[in-house]
Amino acid sequence: MPTRWEHFEHQADIGVRGYGPTVEDAFEAAATALTAVIVAPEQVATPLRVEVTARSADRELLLAAWLNAIIFEMATRRALFSRFSVRITADGTGDRLYGVLEGEAVDVARHQPAVEIKGATYTALKVVQVDGGWIAQCVVDV
Amino acid sequence: MDLNRLTRQSEFEWHIPMQGAMRVPGVLFADAELLAGMDDKVFEQVVGVACLPGIVTASYAMPDAHWGYGFPIGGVAAFDPDAGGVVSAGGVGFDISCGVRTLTTGMTASQLRPILPKLAESLFRTVPAGLGSTGRLHLNADRMEAMLSGGASWAVGEGYGTPADLAHTEEHGHMHGADPSAVSPQAKRRQQDEMGTLGSGNHYLEVQEVTEIADPEAAAAFGLRVGDAVLSIHCGSRGLGHQIGTEFLKAMVEQAAAHGLTLPDRELACAPLASELGRRYLGAMRAGINCALANRQIITHLARQAFMHVVPDAVLNVLYDVSHNTCKLETHAVNGKTKKLFVHRKGATRAFGPGHPDVPPAFSAVGQPVLIGGTMGTASWVLAGTGRGMEVAFGSACHGAGRTMSRHQAKKKWQGRKVVDDLGARGILIRSPSLRGVAEEAPGAYKNVDRVVAASHNAGLARKVARLTPMACIKG
Repeated sequence: MPTRWEHFEHQADIGVRGYGPTVEDAFEAAATALTAVIVAPEQVATPLRVEVTARSADRELLLAAWLNAIIFEMATRRALFSRFSVRITADGTGDRLYGVLEGEAVDVARHQPAVEIKGATYTALKVVQVDGGWIAQCVVDV
Repeated sequence: MDLNRLTRQSEFEWHIPMQGAMRVPGVLFADAELLAGMDDKVFEQVVGVACLPGIVTASYAMPDAHWGYGFPIGGVAAFDPDAGGVVSAGGVGFDISCGVRTLTTGMTASQLRPILPKLAESLFRTVPAGLGSTGRLHLNADRMEAMLSGGASWAVGEGYGTPADLAHTEEHGHMHGADPSAVSPQAKRRQQDEMGTLGSGNHYLEVQEVTEIADPEAAAAFGLRVGDAVLSIHCGSRGLGHQIGTEFLKAMVEQAAAHGLTLPDRELACAPLASELGRRYLGAMRAGINCALANRQIITHLARQAFMHVVPDAVLNVLYDVSHNTCKLETHAVNGKTKKLFVHRKGATRAFGPGHPDVPPAFSAVGQPVLIGGTMGTASWVLAGTGRGMEVAFGSACHGAGRTMSRHQAKKKWQGRKVVDDLGARGILIRSPSLRGVAEEAPGAYKNVDRVVAASHNAGLARKVARLTPMACIKG
């Protein structure tokens, strides 16, 4: 399964979905879909590098935690990110995520950001293994 | 939504009979056409809320209801703390205390029209809007604490507005019971530079003309006449509220089993009102309400400055400030008994009727002003709370038009520049940092606000007072 992202319909908000051969790839693609809610990812350069961590009881909650970690960094650094890498490890208490975000400060005139994202919700939240890969998705509140 | 699944009580009230794990029935206020246009998810979410512990009387959907997360947007539900009731972060939403504040200007639309481009530009330059914008105010730890405790009262104390503003603000601008220590450092960090900012999405600052008066007595009490110009502000608790919602939603899911809660769906994450988590959420959520009240108060001050530069004769007085994403402890009559209940309104406006002690004295004879935000191309409405609304929906009404089309579809269908030009040709000025944002908020992406308001009026939830049409809109 090639790594790719897409949006899916939600009446008030918007769904983000990532596909990939590994769960990490799907998480990274879902993060790209998150950025694409705001701006075309290819318009975002990558001079800025930020590390984030998250942990949760299961993979689905971990996806929401990962996206919320990105939303927090976007909000507090007033930045957009377009390149992501994820490493997930599991222990007896749940899953841990270490992620790297690469992006740049928002330039309103150039990026024309469509909307601010408030948070990742548990609506349509799924992390599932399918033939040849993984799908990671949820609705984000804008 | 399939109307065959509903029981028709009247043209504007439809019920979902008790079934499965429902503890109370579902009640939807809308006409058949609005209901037919609602997503089936609204039905599922009204049913899901009806299954929560301690819910009282019914799980309600307002005429603008649409698919939310856990609770429908346009959902109302009251919980009894003495009957194992719960509080839900999803039942309040991420934008805690998002709401509308409307100000009279002392000017007519005809007086403003010749200088409207200058006024729109002045408002756009003065009130920060859109992603990445920051306010002029930086809150250190002490001032953050004071803001979270004091709300709009704190802002007035800092010089942003006057005490008269507070008299026409819900809770007098100060939500009691806030607990700043329950708000995480991350939430505070997200807010420290965002005071006095509008945000983005459906948030706006709009100059409007009163074009229709439906209830002359209430309109007179509210200070509205046909031809008057007013200013409306729609925004909420910004990053702080979003972060509180995010963190408590997660905690409520993770601790549900420990609280003995079996949830039909984890989107319905909640905590017993009597639990430590429930108490902490209430304290944090009330601090979020204060943040929203302070934010709209500071924007009011900035809007006055913007007006002063262009229209020195304008006098901006707060008509009212009302929130539509809250959970509040209120007293209601249930089966002839007086009960204290925690009423969740998620995308629903409080609409207390005449004589209610929480309605400001100036409006006591006619009921609370209920401010309904529309779209930048159609209309907004001022309604008044009713006695019947108190009886049938815990004093609640709709909050806006409600989307009928997703952002994704809207972006495909419209171009921002064309939306701005088309509205400009109709005399409506749009100022926004993002044309893509304008496209996603195109008026055609929303339901007909007049129809939503008519359903609220005809169901008796609130009655029509005045219709407001847009003249200039600042979008984030």
